[in-house]
Parts: sequence; structure tokens; C-alpha cells
Amino acid sequence: MATSAVSKGCFVFKPKLKKRKISVPIEEYFNKEKNESEDSKLRFETYHLTWKQMKSETEQLQEELNKNLFNNLIEFLQKSHSGFQRNSKDWACQIKLKEIPTAALVLGVNVTDHDLIFRRLTEALQNTITPYVISLQAKDCPDMKHFLQKLISQLIDCSVDTKPKEKEDVQVTQKKTHCSMDSLSSWYMTVTQKTDQKMPSKTRTSQWQSPPVVLILKDMESFTTKVLQDFITIASQHLHEFPLILVFGIATSPIIIHRLLPHAVSSLLCIELFQSLSCKEHLTTVLDKLLLTTQFPFKISEKVLQVLTNIFLYHDFSIQNFVKGLQLSLLEHFYSQPLSVLCCSLPEAKRRINLLSVNQCENIRRLPSFRRYVEKQASEKQVALLTNDRFLKEETQSLLEDLHVYHVNYFLVLRCLHNFTSSLPRYPLGRQIRELYCTCLEKNIWDSEEYASALQLLRMLAKDELMSILQKCFQAFDSSSENQFGSTRKRIEEFLAQFQSLGDAKEEEDASGSQPKELPKTDLYHLQKSLLEMKESRRSSKKQTKFEVLREKVVNFIDSLVREYLLPPETQPLHEVVYFSAAHTLREHLNAAPRIALHTALNNPYYYLKNEALNSEEGCIPNIAPDICIAYKLHLECSRLINLVDWSEAFATVVTAAENMDANSAASEELNEIIHARFIRAVSELELLGFIKPTKRKTDHVARLTWGGC
Amino acid sequence: MSKLELKEDKMLEVQFVGDDDVLNHILDREGGTKLKKERAQLLVNPQKIIKKQEYGVEEGDQEVLKDQNYVKVLGQNVQESLKNGTATDGGNKVYSFQNRKYPEKMAKLASELAKTPRKNVSFSLKNDPEIKSISQSSKGHSASDKVQPKNNKNELQSTPPRSLRKRLIVPSSHSDSESEYSASNSEEDEEVAQESEKDTNASVLSQKTQAASRILVPTCRGTPSKRMRREDSSNLVEEYFEAHSSSQVLTSDRTLEKLKRAALDQQTLRNLLSKVSPSFSAELTRLNEQHEKLFHKWMLQLHLGFNIVLYGLGSKRDLLERFRTTMLQDSVHVVINGFFPGISVKSILNSITEEVLDHVGTFRSVLDQLDWIINRFKEDSSLELFLLIHNLDSQMLRGDKSQQIIGQLSSLPNIYLIASIDHLNAPLMWDHAKQSLYNWLWYETTTYSPYTEETSYENSLLITQSGSLPLSALTHVLRSLTPNARGIFKLLMKHQLENQEDPSYPGLSFQDFYQQCREAFLVNSDLTLRAQLTEFRDHRLIRTKKGPDGVEHLLIPVDSQTLTNFLEEEEEATVTA
Repeated sequence: MATSAVSKGCFVFKPKLKKRKISVPIEEYFNKEKNESEDSKLRFETYHLTWKQMKSETEQLQEELNKNLFNNLIEFLQKSHSGFQRNSKDWACQIKLKEIPTAALVLGVNVTDHDLIFRRLTEALQNTITPYVISLQAKDCPDMKHFLQKLISQLIDCSVDTKPKEKEDVQVTQKKTHCSMDSLSSWYMTVTQKTDQKMPSKTRTSQWQSPPVVLILKDMESFTTKVLQDFITIASQHLHEFPLILVFGIATSPIIIHRLLPHAVSSLLCIELFQSLSCKEHLTTVLDKLLLTTQFPFKISEKVLQVLTNIFLYHDFSIQNFVKGLQLSLLEHFYSQPLSVLCCSLPEAKRRINLLSVNQCENIRRLPSFRRYVEKQASEKQVALLTNDRFLKEETQSLLEDLHVYHVNYFLVLRCLHNFTSSLPRYPLGRQIRELYCTCLEKNIWDSEEYASALQLLRMLAKDELMSILQKCFQAFDSSSENQFGSTRKRIEEFLAQFQSLGDAKEEEDASGSQPKELPKTDLYHLQKSLLEMKESRRSSKKQTKFEVLREKVVNFIDSLVREYLLPPETQPLHEVVYFSAAHTLREHLNAAPRIALHTALNNPYYYLKNEALNSEEGCIPNIAPDICIAYKLHLECSRLINLVDWSEAFATVVTAAENMDANSAASEELNEIIHARFIRAVSELELLGFIKPTKRKTDHVARLTWGGC
Repeated sequence: MSKLELKEDKMLEVQFVGDDDVLNHILDREGGTKLKKERAQLLVNPQKIIKKQEYGVEEGDQEVLKDQNYVKVLGQNVQESLKNGTATDGGNKVYSFQNRKYPEKMAKLASELAKTPRKNVSFSLKNDPEIKSISQSSKGHSASDKVQPKNNKNELQSTPPRSLRKRLIVPSSHSDSESEYSASNSEEDEEVAQESEKDTNASVLSQKTQAASRILVPTCRGTPSKRMRREDSSNLVEEYFEAHSSSQVLTSDRTLEKLKRAALDQQTLRNLLSKVSPSFSAELTRLNEQHEKLFHKWMLQLHLGFNIVLYGLGSKRDLLERFRTTMLQDSVHVVINGFFPGISVKSILNSITEEVLDHVGTFRSVLDQLDWIINRFKEDSSLELFLLIHNLDSQMLRGDKSQQIIGQLSSLPNIYLIASIDHLNAPLMWDHAKQSLYNWLWYETTTYSPYTEETSYENSLLITQSGSLPLSALTHVLRSLTPNARGIFKLLMKHQLENQEDPSYPGLSFQDFYQQCREAFLVNSDLTLRAQLTEFRDHRLIRTKKGPDGVEHLLIPVDSQTLTNFLEEEEEATVTA
């Protein structure tokens, strides 16, 4: 069973058949090493269920977001194909017939998400327009031949789906036939004629006799220009017998079409541009539907959210990766927190509480948030909570319920606050709700300077702005079914009504206020004086208008709401059950920095080995460090080329000193050999790691590949 | 004193680098908070805001401002995590610019390092502090003195530490028997001055290091360089180009031949290394145990659709091997040695199709094969396959196409991939598309274990290379040839040795060679010589090159040292025979 050999590099291991049958269920691995079960199975199932729901939810969201785009696209395809359909002799149509209808889909740089979009698009097209939807990728088509081959084989696959019985012979014949545009168009003729004959009997939904062929080029930028140009030129020649529609997937900007295709070619295309929603909007929706809701019990802490959004914003703009991060945090949460078994819907959690084991009860008691909660209780209750399991369970039930209510209120007020702050100039609390959410999760938001300035700005809002915001908030509260906010809703309603009535009252006020005081004729000095007095008196009395009073009231009202409901989750007992907070594990696994790890290991072995002998100051390295660290440290002293002899001597000097040997024994020759061997090993390891490479520029030299170090 | 200078030096170095700024922020909390404050003051200081707006709000979002927060969060996390390699001292020097290095530096550093006493040397046993301090203060000199007697004993060697010492003291002595430097150093005078200064400081310095029980990296060029840098700190960029543009590199001219240390082959190297007892074995086992605790988690995550990649210093082969033996005994798995020089994607796919899926037959292309495999795995969801790839970043697998194919394989839900990477720049192999195919979870597993297996295939620098011919192979092949053929080869060999001084020696042209062979009565026709040469070529004894004039030149691709040795041996053999 050895896995190293000089003759091959792949080793296949197949267990005996009977053994293989016993496949270990995945739940088994959910256990940690120590065999404490602690509902691990239940936890795993909960994880699975939650993840499934979240995944389907995100997919649905994506689909909805893309719906508009797809509808536009389909409409365009229908319209452009109808020209071919009518086959009219109209001159304009004739001209148009020479042009291949083309849809340019600008999808943004998050290439990883495109696959999903294209898959959905293909489905949508196949359902509505034509069975012949082909998608090609640049890596499959290095030249025209492969391009056509792929095209034809996929087309045949499409048609095979509709008529499975002919599968065999079609495939066999096609494999041998020469792939060309002619064969394509003749194939198209036969296929359409066949369907024509079948049409009446089958009563297909497709309303056309000759459905178009839609070709999707997933990554337009990476196609070679020549292939694209040739294909387009040829296809346009055959357009009258082979109705082709192109869809370009573009990640950068539409200009790329003109950069790839010369005018002569691009004039053969009739391009219409479609823009997908920006990925940030996707992110907002996903966050909104997955995290800012009580639908899913699982929540993430401020740091985790920060890490996830930052990976999204600064690395890839990929929703898929974001969701992957969410999945990982979900998994980590259920894996590492035994109490996560309660992280499910409220009724289910209540049921599970009753079944909790003694161990789990202890776990609850050990939660820091719970301990804080206990300390605040009366002493008898404290004793009961710490000793009586049944009492604890009842208390936990009510606490969980409180937590649920807290979340319901939290998100409502959060949205309400966001309504207020999202339109403020310079967005002191962020433009996106996720920024606001982050700040609220982190600390008491009302302690922050940003919040104070936001309130200040709110106090300057105009009436119509304020009213529209209040209207929005009212709707938000209205839509929520919870009745705790009945009074709040009523207050808002009142405010709205008052503002309304203000509108009428204001006119009178204006009339009375604008009555100018008659100024007696005086000299300049007196005029100045009286003006100053007037100003003075206005400032001191500064009678607030009714509107201002009301505005003040509204702002205070919002402030009180925020202070009451937007407490950070750490203040809630049992928040550990639903909040995942290990941001560093997430970052370690998703956004690792291998280069820094390597550097640390080489520069500061103490960090990993934790041997006191290795503990040293910044930038230094003790001479007993592992060989590779010493060799690395020495090589940092060299410029681009390193003389191996010098290096080896330096290495030997260090190592002999470290060994502290007397060096006059007879064995020293052998020792030197060994040291040389150690040096060789260290050097070849550095070569493997990519720090140096052999060079021919000078004998017995190596070249450094990194530029840097100390 | 020098320590302070050193630190300042470094700070300056770090400050001006774009990339490094980022890293700096990771470590430097102050920077982060400062910016945070700025953000907090948004309203208070309207003018500032307007400036900020120009780039902050114009872009449609305030994320730019949040930049620092991001970095800060990451930085905090770094410190939270114990297992992450991003140690505080690690970061800020990774990408810094390097100042121009001078040839003595390594030797100096080495002697400094050598001088470092160990913490648990015999002194610590003595409790009398006075004795300790006396012996310690003289240690700086005694260490190098100590080395000397040993070197006097083996005269054969080029007395490494002594020569180092010599060079340290008189760096500009070109009168040294072997002219040490190929290019003259313009700043030698400076260095002499610095040396003397250093000597006077020596005792102080050694005491200092003594106190810390550690050595310091010596300042390369003390005060003068620092002053210079202060004067034109913006020149760092220029320094980079300066150091990279000059074709001249200042290194000593010494070669390994003069060391008289025979190149080791793989076997002797292994034997020698087996005698070394690994240090820190307790700590290493602790590290390994930590990693082994993750095995269960890995299995779980593999099953949930993630793939796992291991990084960090040290061979991860043993770790993966243990993972394989403990967790994978009951499942089908393929172990792929990426470091094996003959590995290719084709061979990986072949072993999957032929051995795992029992398919008989061939495929037209690798892509066809891949499609077939993907279809098989999609159709039959009960099939499961674990792929263990050691060194996914090896020479043979790092290509774009290979990575694409492996990525596509790994994206299948019932193929589980666990791989290790070692190369510094390995993550550059993957663009976003590939990363999403792989769906990696990164795990840092620093093991510090030697890359024995990984480097054994490599044609390493100091090991006799298996690609070219070692002496034994040469003898072996020639033994089996006819005397005439041997004569032909010897002729070529001698000619090459005569010309070994000429670096632009193109090889012996075929016509000349033919002429010489005829004169020595070794061949009688053009054709026989050609037939003979073909045989040589098949054994890779010679290489032919077309010159600029279209004439064929013959060359033996073996270094002259081996050739001389071989000739000597041959002559001996003929004499004894």
C-alpha cells in the first residue's frame, strides 16, 4: 500500500467489495473526537434542513431578480425572430435579415455567478421560445472546427431530447459527417420539416414552424477573435436558412464587442444591450431575505457579517461565494455549539428544550449570557435556575420566546431607522441597510457620533420628506402581523395626521408671520441698531413653529424606539444559541493567506513550535532553529544571485555553533558531511517553496525569486 | 545602538510600499482607529467631508471609507486566532522592498548567528553571576577562536569560518589567494570604517545580545546608509530598479568544485540525513496532533461539498497519509503524487477511468475522457471517490488546463478532493472561476517536517542530477560499446575538454569529427559514423545542435569535471587491463 514509487504518481485504492457496502453516514463525522453525542445527530439534521431552506430561498431570490432581465430578453428574441418568420418581401426586413440578432448581456465581473444565470436562462428559453438552445464556452472552442463540432453535437442533443427514439442513428451518423455550416442548415431543414409533420398531432405549444437556434456564448471576452469573426461572417451568410440568434455573456463592458470584432463583422450583428442588476443589489436582497428576517433562526454576529461582506466587496462580488460563506458559518455554528440544537423554529425549539439532557442543561448554565442573566435574578430564583433542571427548562423556553420577540422588533425598528437614515445627506449611518445592521450589532448605536449627527440631520428634514418616510415606516409596521407595535403604529398614524393638518394651518401662520414690521425713516446708525435688535429678539424668542415642534417629537419618538429595541444581541440571554461569532475561523478557511503563513513559519518558528529556546525578538532568529529557517534567514541577506559555496559555509558556521561541538574530534569529517547534507536539504526545500531557482548565469549560483525580506 | 538603528531602518523601509501599507494597517491598530475617527467626524468637519466625497460618495457608495474598517476587522481576527500564521511580526516584512545586498552580509550574519549562545549552555548551570558575565563578555571573540583549531586540522577544506572571519575584518583584500569578488565594491571604504567601528563595539554588542540571549541581525551598513536613505527616501523605488537593472551581481566567484566536496547522490544524502536527529520533536508531534484532530471535520466538510486545501511550511504528505489510513480505508480513493515528475492530468484521468471505473478503451482527448467521467459520476450517485493530491501546485499540474480539469472533477458532488500546496505563489494558479469550481476551504497545517519525498524527484542543485549523466551511467553505457565506438566517443570527449575554457564552444562539427575519426581509423565511411552517433544519441550521450551556418555540432551534455574523472578512470582501467 505504499504511495511512492519511481515509476508512477497515481495510486488507486479500492477496498474489498463487501467492505465498501458499509458506507458511513455523514452524521458520524459530525461528532467531535470525544464521543459525547450531545444531540449531534439532531444538530446535523437541523443544519441540513436549515441549509436546504436557505439555499432554495436564495435560488428563488436570484431567479426573481433576474426575471425582469429574462423577460426583456425573451421579448427581444421573439421580436427579432418574427422577422424571419414572416419572410416578408419588405425591403427593410430584407436588410434586417442579413443581420444576426444579438443580445449582449452585461452581467458584471462576478463570473462565478454567471453559470446559474445562464442555466436559468437556458431553461427559460427552452420553455418559451425554442428547444434549440446551445451554450458554448471559450475553452471548448479554440478554433472553428471545435466550435462547429461542439455546436452540432449540442444541437443534436437538443433535438434528441424531443425525439428520444432516434437517438442512436443520429449520433452515429453525425459523428462521421463533416461539420460545416452547410450540414448545419440541411440538418435544420430536416428537423423543422419533421416537426412540421408532427405538429398537428402533437399540438406543441411552440407556435412557430421553424424555431430559432439560440447560441449563448457564455464568456464572450475569452473567445479568440478569429473564431468569433469567422463564425459570425459565415453564419450571416446562412441566416436565411438557419435562423440563428446570438447571446453574448459579457463580464466587463459592452465596448468589448467592438474591440473584439472589426466593423465589417459587427455590422453583421443587430445588437441589443441588456444589463443585469448589479451584484450589490443581489447582496442586499439576499441579506434582507436570509438574515434580516425571523424566518431563519440562524443569525451571525457583527464580525462575521463584516468578514463576509468584505470578502464580497473587496474580493469577488460573488453571491455564490457569499452564500458559501453563510453555509460555512452555519455549519461551524452547528458543529461547534452544542446548544445550537435549539437553533430552529420556536415551537420546535420549545419541544426540544423538554428533551434536553442533563449535560445540555449544564451547557446552558455555562453560557456567559445566561450567567449574567442569572446574576440579575432574585436569590431564590438563582438557586432554582442553577439546581432545578425543570425550572431551567421552563425559563429557557420563555427566554427563547423573548429572543424571538426581540428579533421581530429588532428588524422592524431597524428597517424603520434605515428608512430615516438612508436618505440623509452623506449617509452618516451608511446607505445600505447592512451597514446600519453592522453598527447596530456591534454596539449601542445611540452612543455613536454618527447616530448623533444623523439625528441632527433628521431635525432639519423638510416636511414632505419626513412625511414620505413616515409613510414608509407606517407601511412596514402595518405589514407586520405582530401586535406589540399597535401603539407605535398608531403614533405614526397620528403624526401623519398632524402633519396633514399642519399643511392647512401653516398657510395662516405664514400670513401672520410674514407681516413686515414697518420701519420708520431713520439714519443709518439707527437702522443698523434696530436691525441688530430685531435679530437679537428673533434669536432669543425664536418661537418654534408647530412644524418644528412636531418634527422634534417625531425624532424623539424614533430615538426612543431605537433605544428600546435596537439593543445589541450580546445583551440578550441565550443569544449564543442563534448567533455565530467565530469570525476568525471563517476568515481562516475562506480567505487564507498562505504566503504570510509561510513567512511566519520561516521567520519566527517560535510562533508554531512554542519552544522557549526559540523565543526571540523581532527579526532575529536563534541558531538552533530548524535548518530551513536558518537557510532562509541567510538567503535574505543576498541580492539576486546567491553563491552556493558562501551560503553553505555560512550555514555550516551557524549550525556548528548551534551544535556546540568541540569540532576537534575525529568524527568531524562525517559531521561536516552531515551538515552539508542538511544544507542541501534546506536548499532544495527552499527551491520547492519557490524562493530560489537554479540559474545558469554563474556557476554554482542560485537566483532569488522573491524581492523582499528584511 | 545598532539595534535601534536597525529598527529604524526597517520602519523606513516598510513605510513606502503600497502593498505594505495595507499589511501595515493590519498590524498597526493606530492607523485604523485614526481613520475611523475621521469617519466619525464626518459631520463635524464639513470641509473634510467634501474632499472625501469626491472619491467616497461619487463612486456611489461609502465603502471606500469603510476600507479601513475592513482591514481592522481582519487584523483583529488575526490576533484572535491562535492557529493562523499571520503573526504580527510576519506581515509587515513580507512584501517590503529590499535594499541592495552586499556580498559580505551573509557571512557576517552567519558569524553573528554562530556567536549566539544557546540558552541552555553550560554557563547557565553555574550560579555565580560574575563568572558568567566574564565568560560571556569574551564570548564574542572566543566563539570564533574556538572554531579555528578545528579548521587547522582539516586543511583540505577551505576553512570556512576562518575565511569568513578574514573577510569580515579585511573585506577589501583582493590579495587573497582566491580573488573573492568578481566585481569591485564601491563602498568598501565605508565598510572598512564600519568594521573598525564594529570591532570596538563588539564587546558591547555581544553583551547586549547576551542579555537577550539572542542575536541581532547585524545592520548591513550602519550610519552612512541610514543617512543616505533619509536624504532621499523616495528613492526606494529607484533602488529597486537599480538593483534589478545592473547586470553585474556582486557575488564571490568560488565554486563548489573548490570545496572538494563530491556531489552527493540521493541515496547517500538520505543516509546522511538519517543520522540527524530531528530537533523539537515534541513540539512537532504536538503540532501534528493538533492537525489530526481535524480529520473528522475534514470528512464532514468534504461530504458537504467543500474541498480542502492544506498550506503551510513543512511536508504535508505524512499528514495526508495518516488521514488516508485512518479515515479512508473503506472508501475508494486515489492518491496522486503531484511532485512525481511524470505525473500528468492524463495519467490521473486514466487511473480513474481504468482502475476506479473499470473502463476498457481509449478516449480521443482528455476533454472527452473528462466528460465521460463526469457523466458516469452524475448518473451513478452511489459512486464516491476521494482524491488526495500531494502538491497540487507542482510543475506538472500547475498549468491552466490541468487545473481546469482537476477543478471540474472536484466540483462534482461525489468526488471529494483534499490537496496540499507548498509553493509561495500557488494561489495564483486559480482565478475566480477556478476557485469557485474547487470550492476550497483552506486549512493551515504547518508541520515543519522535511520535504523528503517531494524533493527526492527534483533535480536539485547540489545533488547529482539524474537528467544529465552521472559518472556511473557514463561508464556503464560505454562498457557495452564496441572498442571503436568507445574510441569515437573518447575523441569527442577529448576535443570537448580541450575547449572547456571557451564558454561559447559550440561543439565539434560533424565534418571535422568525421575527419578526425577517419584519421584515427575508427570509421571508414560517413554512414558508419552516423550510425554510431545515432546510438550515442539514443543513450543521450551526445546532443546535436545546428549552428547558425547550418552545420551540425556535436556536444556531450556532461560537465567537464565528470568528463575528466571519467577519462582518468578509463585510462586507469586500460592500464590495469
